[in-house]
Amino acid sequence: MDRRAVPILETIGLEKRFGGILAAQNVNLSVKKGARHALIGPNGAGKTTVINLLTGVLKPTAGRIVLEGRDITDTAPHERVRLGMARTFQINQLFLDLTPLESIGLVVSERLGSGADWWRLVGTKSAVIDEIVEIVERFRLGDVMHERTAILPYGKQRLLEIALAFACRPRVLLLDEPAAGVPEAERHELLATIEALPAEVTVLLIEHDMDLVFSFADRISVLVNGALFVDGAPDEVARDPRVKAVYLGEELDA
Amino acid sequence: MVTMAAVTPVLAGDVAAYLKRRARWSPLEIAFWIFAFASIWLFPGKYLILKDTAILALFALSLDLILGYAGIISLGQAAFFGIAGYFAGLIAKYGIINEPIVALICAGAVAAALGFVTSFLVLRGSDLTRLMVTLGVSLMLGEIANRYANITGGADGLQGVDVAPILGRWRFDLYGHNGYVYCLIVLFVCFVIARRIVYSPFGLSLRSVKGNALRAAAIGVPVKWRLVAIYTVSAGFAGIAGALLTQTTAFCSLDVFSLERSADLLLVLIIGGTGYLYGGLIGAVIYKFLQDWISNLTPQYWQFWIGLVLVVIVLVGRERMAAWTVTVRAAVGLIGARAWSRVWPRSPARGGAAPDGR
Repeated sequence: MDRRAVPILETIGLEKRFGGILAAQNVNLSVKKGARHALIGPNGAGKTTVINLLTGVLKPTAGRIVLEGRDITDTAPHERVRLGMARTFQINQLFLDLTPLESIGLVVSERLGSGADWWRLVGTKSAVIDEIVEIVERFRLGDVMHERTAILPYGKQRLLEIALAFACRPRVLLLDEPAAGVPEAERHELLATIEALPAEVTVLLIEHDMDLVFSFADRISVLVNGALFVDGAPDEVARDPRVKAVYLGEELDA
Repeated sequence: MVTMAAVTPVLAGDVAAYLKRRARWSPLEIAFWIFAFASIWLFPGKYLILKDTAILALFALSLDLILGYAGIISLGQAAFFGIAGYFAGLIAKYGIINEPIVALICAGAVAAALGFVTSFLVLRGSDLTRLMVTLGVSLMLGEIANRYANITGGADGLQGVDVAPILGRWRFDLYGHNGYVYCLIVLFVCFVIARRIVYSPFGLSLRSVKGNALRAAAIGVPVKWRLVAIYTVSAGFAGIAGALLTQTTAFCSLDVFSLERSADLLLVLIIGGTGYLYGGLIGAVIYKFLQDWISNLTPQYWQFWIGLVLVVIVLVGRERMAAWTVTVRAAVGLIGARAWSRVWPRSPARGGAAPDGR
């Protein structure tokens, strides 16, 4: 059996209701191991709701979420991180008073199990230092690592946003519109870093930017009105007349 | 990739050095503590107010741990101060634990236990909910102490507390000398522990929770348990402060639970600032000094002036005042460096880093 055919993350009949509104209905999403999977859809299609359900920020009204064969529907958000799933946010959620170095140091300490260590000083373990350095380099944050996060350029903040999730060493990484709002000048650096994510990390990308989606993804799911509409390889999705009709239209013709 | 490999050792050294430097004691901090201990010889006639200041400082430090580092606002620190105060009084009165230091640790543990139990109520909800719940808990305890007057002495206070000499050697004297030295040492030890905590990975995770609880959970921080832990530690510190008051005055009364005591604490932190550990200490010194000085000038109306100071601080804004102190610090650092380089022409000048290491 092809190793890549195994789903690492699955949802079964996932549903979320906010009062009378169905934000997600019967979502059966299957993300294969090692995939570069994109979740797209028009504004208000429920993409962020799905991410929030996957990561445990929201509780589903019905349905199940399975990560590597384990039902995580009722698992607390921080536990899901420990089980190997981390996310970034559409709007930066950073620790503005900490430096990138402190922020990354925090994540690495948490992951290596010294997060509750209250007596040892931060960064006295060489394993922690090595990992911090690796992540700082991978995300090109070396030149700003001592600055307060609040004053970093937006592109660097965006990189840090991904770096914090990556520092959790997830097997599944959820990227929620990573390129949103990044100015053209800083965009290249960001896309290059996303491209360079290790192949063994499964990536679920939520994105509006079709250039990024079609250059990056090997599988695309289209979400419309909270339901999965089409699911397939990029060329199939691009050809699908229904997708063109509801959503892609101009962007593909252009 | 080739250049990256060349850069790594430098970067690793840089990262390690930065993290080490982060927690280093700055010259200003060392000067602060030298002055604090020098006060034992500098102000011999002022032991009582100095002792009260040290206790208030420790009490404020306990609030700073939760407010400044974890963002938990509380009007109920008096609950822990009070319960440990009564506990220390009762065990001394009935001779259950005689040695003051052991009694102090036990009292702190009792307060921490209460902190742990009540943390689950407090950690729900928003700031306003927290203010009300913490206030409610301390009011309830105050009323319980009032109700069981046969144990606590009720409105008359707990009489007949006889505190044994510290380590069997140093008796609490009438002038308050030993009492002050004792409080100062306890304050210092607690401060060192607190400092260790805030510079640890645990402390960093607290700051992350305060900064952005949503993201903290998203990077694997068990937010709730971290808050429970620091609330418990903070309660323990508040309890130690309360037990110190009982031990040094050989008395405990219902006002240990009063709202005023918790509110004063917020004033102290508003004056001194939060989130760098010295806020409570400096705030306590300024608050006690103002209280003493103004109440000498106008015994009846001193609260008017305290109020005025408070309004000015809030209106001018501590940010702006902090900016002034940075200028002053830089000037002091510059003068210090010049003086230093005159004494030791070749040694590198040291900048005066802020106590919070930023």
